[in-house]
Amino acid sequence: MTDRLPGFSTLAVHAGAQPDPTTGARVTPIYQTTSFVFNDADHAASLFGLQAFGNIYTRIGNPTTAVLEERIAALEGGTAALAVASGHAAQVVVLQQLLMPGDEFIAARKLYGGSINQFTHAFKSFGWNVAWADPDDIGSFERAVTPRTKAIFIESIANPAGSITDIEAIAEVARKAGVPLIVDNTLATPYLIRPIDHGADIVVHSLTKFLGGHGNSLGGIIVDGGTFDWSKDNKYPMLNEPRPEYHGIRIQETFGNFAFAIACRVLGLRDLGPALSPFNAFMILTGIETLPLRMQKHCENAKAVAEFLAGHPAVAAVNYAGLASDRYNKLARKYAPKGAGAVFTFSLRGGYDAGVSLVSNLKLFSHLANVGDTRSLVIHPASTTHSQLDDDAKVRSGAGPDVVRLSIGIEDKEDLIADLERALSA
Amino acid sequence: MNHDAYDDNYIRSILNSVKSIAMVGASPVNVRPSYFAFKYLAQRGYDMVPVNPGHVGKQLLGKPFVASLSDIGRPVDMIDIFRSSSHIMPVVNEALTLSPLPKVIWMQLGARDDAAAEKAEAVGIKVVMNRCPKIEYGRLSSEISWMGVNSRTLSSKRAPIPTQGMRLSLNRMSVGGGATAASDRAAKNKGEPT
Ligand SMILES: Cc1ncc(COP(=O)(O)O)c(C=O)c1O
Repeated sequence: MTDRLPGFSTLAVHAGAQPDPTTGARVTPIYQTTSFVFNDADHAASLFGLQAFGNIYTRIGNPTTAVLEERIAALEGGTAALAVASGHAAQVVVLQQLLMPGDEFIAARKLYGGSINQFTHAFKSFGWNVAWADPDDIGSFERAVTPRTKAIFIESIANPAGSITDIEAIAEVARKAGVPLIVDNTLATPYLIRPIDHGADIVVHSLTKFLGGHGNSLGGIIVDGGTFDWSKDNKYPMLNEPRPEYHGIRIQETFGNFAFAIACRVLGLRDLGPALSPFNAFMILTGIETLPLRMQKHCENAKAVAEFLAGHPAVAAVNYAGLASDRYNKLARKYAPKGAGAVFTFSLRGGYDAGVSLVSNLKLFSHLANVGDTRSLVIHPASTTHSQLDDDAKVRSGAGPDVVRLSIGIEDKEDLIADLERALSA
Repeated sequence: MNHDAYDDNYIRSILNSVKSIAMVGASPVNVRPSYFAFKYLAQRGYDMVPVNPGHVGKQLLGKPFVASLSDIGRPVDMIDIFRSSSHIMPVVNEALTLSPLPKVIWMQLGARDDAAAEKAEAVGIKVVMNRCPKIEYGRLSSEISWMGVNSRTLSSKRAPIPTQGMRLSLNRMSVGGGATAASDRAAKNKGEPT
């Protein structure tokens, strides 16, 4: 049998799934159960001791969720994945494996506002200190490295302005510093960008967005690239020291190149508890089957809408990396040649008031705090998703007071443009 | 032979063809990885022989410990070495005195000795280094998938429900030979294994 490399769309439909062994059901069943019977006491002990493959309790793992995990690991080119309740939960679980109180991580300033908030406030109370760097100035990452730096965190396509990050340049900084690079790939999805191919060690997603794709389920996932050597310099005790809760096993020694995903599951998810519901896993899996088709349409529509806005007299500026004139266009052509995503911002000559009036005059675009839905969405970040930042930080993260963010859906682009045209002239 | 990344077909052909496995460094302590790898391989139907001079006179899951490879007293298909890299060479040297020779020498996750591998390969023995046969069996059968591991295989066939002593089909379709670009990069980043 010769093995050939299946394409992305084949993996999006098949990876991780197989007809149900008991019933033959072809679609992955929703295993809506909290727990799983053991064969006998020895089997139970082996499962609890991480010595055997199998299911115990849905907080630790679930067969429906496992299909989702393997599918995304395959799409990202990672060794394993762990699904959790939300994108934010994924970020907590990842950093819990890497940082001890008093440690630091470096994060790009251009991030989803909720992540900036989580890093600044919630993580501070855990003793995890964030140092901010500017993704448009690679030197700022180098300068932020200290002996306590344990990780670097960036977004591939950054929320809200859709700017493209130079993943390879920052991966090089991480490699020199001897720390893993974590990439939030939510806005790109592996269809547009596969960060592990560009040097990332860990990928996280909010599955809530394009991967699920239909605005119906929250979820998050952590993908282990299998590329980082956790035993080096003994910087990562969660992975490298004997774990008292598992009879002294060392996670790296026992699980090799998917040790990080296992640590996230058995030390993070098991103890912190943000499990994904099997029902949500099912909804997201169904969404992923059409990811390539949807992303093509999202990107095609976004480009058409961005071009329309760029030519409109009421519009002061459009930030869409897919436009040839955009400052991120060169990076977009390198990292996301299939399309620059479907989330971007623009500013209106009329400033804040014009933005507020546009949002209220749109009839097809929904005014809400989400991105990556089949439906087109609009929001004014400065008063919503990024409202907790001070004015300076708002501007630096691309969410100034005059900025409107769009997430372009998969409707007919003519209808989206007509809705914007009417609302802009209202 | 590239020992940084293995094609799935190579690993699959080994796990499909060997029947008996001598595990050097098998531990009777039930929380050591060698213990649970031994147990798993026995449950999947391999004829397992525990080799450890410190435990002669005892049994591991009903199989008597032997002190050394030459004490096994019958041919074995594969030798699985559960020792660190610096202890590999003497075991390989001993394996090369066996008659008939083993078909495969396997070094556990974390263990690698390229000189020893070359010696074994020179007499036609297949070598795998820095891998765990339990993980590879679990991956190729997709039994490992409960923990979100990328098996790098696809199948549209209904899977059997695994039970004690049952061999699982390893003949799923491998994604691009089973090795990933990332695994090459990891091997490179790691430099000299310890
Ligand atoms: C880029 C990015 N990362 C993370 C998150 C957080 O994800 P969740 O809402 O699923 O917790 C979001 C949500 O908007 C996001 O846009």
